[in-house]
Amino acid sequence: MTSLSTDSARSHRVKPKVAREDWVMRGCLALLAVFLLVAILLPLYTMMSKSFEDSDGTFVGLANYALYFKTPALSYSIVNSVQVAVIATGIVLLAGFLYAYALTRTCMPFKKIFRVIAFVPLLTPSLLGGISLVYWFGKQGVARDLLMGESIYGPIGIVLGSCYWVFPHAVIILIAALSITDARLYEAAESLKAGLLRTFLTVTLPGAKYGVISAGFVIFTLVFTDFGVPKVIGGNYDVLATDIYKQVVGQQNFEMGAVVSVVLLIPAALAFSVDRLVQRKQVALLSARAVPLVPKPNPTVDLAMLAVCTAIAACIVAMLGMAFYASLVKFWPYDLSLSFKHYQFDRVDGGGWQAYFNSIRMALYTGVAGTAIIFFGAYLVEKGRGLRIGRSVFQLLAMIPLAVPGMVLGLAYIFFFNNPINPFNFLYGTMAILVLSCIAHFYTVGHLTASTALKQLDPEFEAVSQSLKAPFYRTFARVTVPVCMPALLDISIYLFLNAMTTVSAVVFLYSADTSLASVAVLNMDDAGDVAPAAAMAMMIAYTCFAVRLLHAGISGWLTRSTQAWRKR
Amino acid sequence: MSVDGSAYLSISNLSKSFGDFTALSDISLEVVEGEFLCFLGPSGCGKTTLLRAIAGLDLQSTGCVAQAGRDISALPPSERDFGIVFQSYALFPNLTVEQNVAYGLQSLRQPKAAVAARVCEMLELVSLTDQGDKFPAQLSGGQQQRVALARAMATSPGLLLLDEPLSALDAQVRVHLRSEIKAIQRKLGVTTIMVTHDQEEALTMADRIVVMNQGTIEQIGTPSEIYQRPASVFVANFIGTMNFMPGEVIEKDRVRLGDVVLTCRTNGHAAGRPVMVAIRPEDLNAQDIAGETENLIELTIRDMEFLGSFYRARLSGSDIAVDAVEADFSMNLVRRKNLTIGDRLPVFLPPDHILIYDEA
Repeated sequence: MTSLSTDSARSHRVKPKVAREDWVMRGCLALLAVFLLVAILLPLYTMMSKSFEDSDGTFVGLANYALYFKTPALSYSIVNSVQVAVIATGIVLLAGFLYAYALTRTCMPFKKIFRVIAFVPLLTPSLLGGISLVYWFGKQGVARDLLMGESIYGPIGIVLGSCYWVFPHAVIILIAALSITDARLYEAAESLKAGLLRTFLTVTLPGAKYGVISAGFVIFTLVFTDFGVPKVIGGNYDVLATDIYKQVVGQQNFEMGAVVSVVLLIPAALAFSVDRLVQRKQVALLSARAVPLVPKPNPTVDLAMLAVCTAIAACIVAMLGMAFYASLVKFWPYDLSLSFKHYQFDRVDGGGWQAYFNSIRMALYTGVAGTAIIFFGAYLVEKGRGLRIGRSVFQLLAMIPLAVPGMVLGLAYIFFFNNPINPFNFLYGTMAILVLSCIAHFYTVGHLTASTALKQLDPEFEAVSQSLKAPFYRTFARVTVPVCMPALLDISIYLFLNAMTTVSAVVFLYSADTSLASVAVLNMDDAGDVAPAAAMAMMIAYTCFAVRLLHAGISGWLTRSTQAWRKR
Repeated sequence: MSVDGSAYLSISNLSKSFGDFTALSDISLEVVEGEFLCFLGPSGCGKTTLLRAIAGLDLQSTGCVAQAGRDISALPPSERDFGIVFQSYALFPNLTVEQNVAYGLQSLRQPKAAVAARVCEMLELVSLTDQGDKFPAQLSGGQQQRVALARAMATSPGLLLLDEPLSALDAQVRVHLRSEIKAIQRKLGVTTIMVTHDQEEALTMADRIVVMNQGTIEQIGTPSEIYQRPASVFVANFIGTMNFMPGEVIEKDRVRLGDVVLTCRTNGHAAGRPVMVAIRPEDLNAQDIAGETENLIELTIRDMEFLGSFYRARLSGSDIAVDAVEADFSMNLVRRKNLTIGDRLPVFLPPDHILIYDEA
């Protein structure tokens, strides 16, 4: 080798040659990035810029915001929203912690049943809680005397209804937080003669600290941004989410709707950011060599916990049970005989059975298309080669939806897609835009599930398949997807259930042809057809129960049929 | 290093940096066709980085890699010609052993019968003929690594890369697989580069060893060259055990340690310069030294450590410029001379085994 070539080798940076399949990979990433841009970022941007414009589209600076804060009827909703969110967070955090503690740290009997009951609200629309409350505590409610003259239509109803549907979200996070602990810490505390209370205060609570904080933020955000419960049972007690609806659907004041959306978006985004930071710390707590804690029987604690959990579970069952009962009662409260007449949805306005089947179609499309898009996107982020900045940007885009309340996303879609000059305008009023909004709305959780599953794969799979000259899509189809099948099923059921029960984003986007079951519940309730609304809510619940069972069956079959290679 | 035209793989002036950190600094190296080369060094020395650069998995910042006369410096892995085996095996868990081995053959779009025949041949090579229908999780670690080897070699690549292939295995399996891999490599005659931090592995398996430290090559040589003539204090310390004693060259082939003057090869170290005098514990000889007249030192046994097949003794005397030196005494010697702590005995330092280094 001559000295000349040696010098040139030293000074020249190696420019990697990009293989053809790498171009395919980059193309896919770019395509998915455009998808996220169209489904999330551009609509949000349009919505935000609308909040600085008047109805003619002229830039007016902060004038809309000034008007908003000068109008007490509007700005007072902030106080209301915060108030109900804080109270509900307090209640759910306490109840959820006790419940999760009982499930993970005691030898309370019937744990399995309690676990199932805790997750029931995930299978029902959030509106169902509101409707049940009307039957329990409304003007003709069976237990209205318990309120001692207070009305259920207002903050009390919103708090109770919210507690019902956010409870499982809290329990999931708290169970996770209480499950990761090191039994040796408890053995050390015991050998140092620490009592039960001292052990709880010095070991249990600090260990679950981040989970509690995280659960707190999640509950707060969910209640703060929720639309369904306040709409059904809020009465004249205005909150931000219902304000958006009123401004847009009631008064056609889109600019003010945008302003309220931004006001709603900021705390939600803030809570989300703090939660992400906190969750990162939680992971660091768990050391690889931790010994799992096996709870020991303690009759006093176990019995007390059984009492607490029974009370909480009874509330959940009471909510579901009342909706079920009310949907079957002929004419509440005068004729309590049972019939299916409220299930004849075509007799009332709201979309009828067509709405129900639309919902199933939308949930199916969301489950299938959403899972494919989300998983492939997560794969490109986790396992892609090169284009490091592109992948980081994509990862960031994928995290945004979790911080965006459904109402905000829905309104943003109106602004973006209803604009005639938008090339995607043809989507407006179709089933496609409903599916798109659902995928976008629930993107982040699916993305995180997929990322976690992909991170558990050997990072050298891609290196090996490159050395074996197998293009990435072959290994993706033949190895990555089959190995990650449980995660794919989890993502699809998550998307299906959420699409089936959601109202917030789609309430702005459905058309006469694409009315949905959850929206029908809302509209029937609004029109005073509360019993048919309860019946439709129960139809959604039955469907979700059935699909959940199907999912469990498929998962079980999958585990059995692949156990030869899954065990390690 | 011999630089002739017959090199199969040649690496020239290869460097890699991550930000301010230099992982590889101006590495040049030639690999002869069919040889078994080991990259040996402590963790973080850059050996895996170098291997991944050769594979194209993580490209170097600057420098060239040429394989079989073709410049592959900037090529993606899929356009290079190599098979690779990782410490984690990286076997596809949902595919059977046969499907794993066939994976690369199917990329080449060979007819089914040819693929099946080649898979059969490869499984025979790694003695797993009857395990073809099993999934990786049903095999032991050693068996899994043999499948990984069969998979890597199925397409007959010109270069085999082994990234710490034995590190995840139990000690016994490791020793067994060591000779098996070496035998397979010899049989196939494939040019092989293995990364390891285990000196025993490198010494037993490699035709030549590349000792690396902090992103540079310390020494390239055969196992016996590396062991017997370590080129630097680092190599001497990293491989085997070595006694170091500060000394001074007094004239050609004579050094002084404290009060003692030893005969040894000074190899151009100038007189008057402070140096490190080094000798391995097993080269300190206390047996059959009746005829020796020079390089004899009287030393006292301070401590004896039983290591199974021999004793490692700590010896001291006021006149060797260090507190103590270590010497390996065979069981035979200890028994015959009835050596115990406190005994004083003459020890011979063979001139051929004394090494001289610049004082670091």
